[in-house]
Amino acid sequence: MGILGKARAKSPWILHFDAGACNGCDIEVIACLTPVYDVERFGMMNIGNPKHADILLVTGTCNLRNARVLKNLYAQMPEPKAVVAIGACALSGGVFHECYNVLGGVEGIIPVDVWVPGCAPKPEAIIEGAVMAVQRMQERASGKVQPSEDESEDEHA
Amino acid sequence: MARRTTIPFGPQHPVLPEPIQLKLTLDNETVVEAIPHIGYVHRGVEKAGERMDFGQNVFLVERICGICSFIHALCYCQGIEKLMDVEVPPRARYLRVIWSELHRMQSHHLWLGLLADAFGYESLFMQFWRNRERLMDIFERTAGSRVIISTCAIGGVRRDISPENLQYILDELVVIQKTLDDAVDVVLNDRTIRARTVGKGVLTAKQALELGAVGPVLRGSGVAVDARTEGFAAYGELGIEPVTEEAGDSYARTKVRARECYQSLDLVRRAIERLPDGDIAVRPRGRPDGRTVSRVEQPRGELFYFMGADGSARLDRLRIRTPTFANVPPLVAMLPGCEMADVPVITLSIDPCISCTER
Repeated sequence: MGILGKARAKSPWILHFDAGACNGCDIEVIACLTPVYDVERFGMMNIGNPKHADILLVTGTCNLRNARVLKNLYAQMPEPKAVVAIGACALSGGVFHECYNVLGGVEGIIPVDVWVPGCAPKPEAIIEGAVMAVQRMQERASGKVQPSEDESEDEHA
Repeated sequence: MARRTTIPFGPQHPVLPEPIQLKLTLDNETVVEAIPHIGYVHRGVEKAGERMDFGQNVFLVERICGICSFIHALCYCQGIEKLMDVEVPPRARYLRVIWSELHRMQSHHLWLGLLADAFGYESLFMQFWRNRERLMDIFERTAGSRVIISTCAIGGVRRDISPENLQYILDELVVIQKTLDDAVDVVLNDRTIRARTVGKGVLTAKQALELGAVGPVLRGSGVAVDARTEGFAAYGELGIEPVTEEAGDSYARTKVRARECYQSLDLVRRAIERLPDGDIAVRPRGRPDGRTVSRVEQPRGELFYFMGADGSARLDRLRIRTPTFANVPPLVAMLPGCEMADVPVITLSIDPCISCTER
């Protein structure tokens, strides 16, 4: 691992996208940034720009309209990158899995590295997910795991 | 003549925790027209409400919005109780007020924090959110969950609050009020915040009524309408005076929300003081039949449910009108004439909750 990889592990920047969540997971993601949980002690910062981001936190069920935005955001992030799917909705669609406008989770739209279950997951769980994502990213940068292929390119296009 | 430009604001934008897109037509720096584009978080809850049975729907509706989940469940349960002629025990009605008002407080804390963050006041944002964590601890201690507390049920509430926990809430409220005093003082009196909010995004009382604004947006324009004055749950016994401000600008809306935090503090204290003994729920018998509406006051405004049932296990129709849905037309009326740099703050001033709006 080069110096760049070490530096990245000390300060992974986070991008958060709500793909149709109920806000419950989103406020817990924001709660992670606040004094009680304070992810900045791991060097994590929430930023709005995908080109600066290392980890993408996705909440929500996904529908055709925001899947396009989600794919765009993912494509704009530089390698190595990792995706964390947060909450029951992002995992499987959750309570909304039978709704007509729900694709049923993030997987299948972009590749997911870490799954955080819960409705809504507690901030501790989200932080652990983000820390696991950093490890995945490091493994990927050092060549242990191949860069993620977007297998589902045209599935929901 | 200056050339007009169209700028997309959103769906993914740092001040918006949720995706909504505003297409802004600009004449130099001034907004001429704002057209909202929605559909990024639509799930189809109303249709799902016809597919699940009426008891399961409680869990569905509280996941419409994670910020005011208890109040969604309350609105739904009150409608079903009306259809089934269920008399809710007094203790359950008071417990409903306690949880509703705690939810309102945490929602307003959340919003005041996001507002501070929109100006770049990161420390103030942290102050509000640190205070909010105390409220989240109360939820975790009384209901077992932080966000979606799932304590409202048809016929009453699912959990009781023990006397120790009631004392714990009262003790915490003292600390919360103290921190709130300091933080609200900054929000309302700081020169920079006043410069960014006073006179920005003005909505007159006439416009607010014509466009159907609700909640703090309507009360910020001087119209005293609050669904809690209808006296649902225990609000009738506790008594409530709507908080209003006259100016109709972003500052007035901020002030309404800040004052409502104190109103909620007061309501929770009075509800705990007068909390009657007795059962916390009755078991509903039979199935709902008929059509009814149910109204409650959410942190963002009035929430309205229409329910149609035909005596089977499933509802015919579940129509949900959420406060942000009603507040989007006023927002579109506020934006023309303002500067591009003020758009984020004015958009935030209606306290948009997109997952409610689109359901």
